[in-house]
Amino acid sequence: MVAGTDKLPVGAHYGLRDWLSQRVTAIVITLYTALILGIVLWSGGVDYATWKAVFAHGAFRVATFLFMASLLWHAWVGVRNILMDYVRPMGVRLTLEIVVVCVLVAYGGWTIAILWGHP
Amino acid sequence: MAAADRPVDKPRPIYLNLFAIRQPAPAIVSILHRISGALLFLAGIPLLLWGVQRAIASPESYAAAVAPFTTPLGKVLLLVLAWCYLYHLLAGLRHLTLDLHIGIRLAPARSSAVLVLVLSVLLALIVAVRLW
Repeated sequence: MVAGTDKLPVGAHYGLRDWLSQRVTAIVITLYTALILGIVLWSGGVDYATWKAVFAHGAFRVATFLFMASLLWHAWVGVRNILMDYVRPMGVRLTLEIVVVCVLVAYGGWTIAILWGHP
Repeated sequence: MAAADRPVDKPRPIYLNLFAIRQPAPAIVSILHRISGALLFLAGIPLLLWGVQRAIASPESYAAAVAPFTTPLGKVLLLVLAWCYLYHLLAGLRHLTLDLHIGIRLAPARSSAVLVLVLSVLLALIVAVRLW
């Protein structure tokens, strides 16, 4: 950097945003994983009744939604990084990125249906 | 190396054969982090959603969802994905500590890479024992 200038850093900033969101979502995923591990160990093995009771809690459903949202966002950052590294032709990469986004958004809808839908 | 005694007859550019080079532990941890992440995206997430949906729908669907994972092939699939998840988590935690400039020098970075590999295998062994 040139000393004494007040040049503004320019760019879309999604490099930093992706970097940070990858880590924030990773922490959410880790905390939820610890919660599940705690439930399994606390119950001493789980069966249908355990999960049914756990998912009956509204707070647990919200926590699960936050986990899934983090997981899907985290997956997007990671898969996009992989595509940027290995898929060089712009058209192919853009197509694959669109497919991945559609799949992840669909998973998000599926998550909401599981958590708050009427089976 | 001075320019004068550099061999000039070597073909350039040099393409490195990654499979012929003995990779250091941090390099192995890095590529496995990527491979495990890709597998979790391709198979882990859809299987997780399907599993949770079936597991809380009814006692019958819970039993039907568990049944495929009592077969040898199902157990292997579950074990591979469990290792991917555990490994990705451990390698990610290592990555976060490196971001915080903890253990960033070569020797501790190599030790933590070996630790991630060993711990992930040990945890996968616990999963394997539980499965079989």
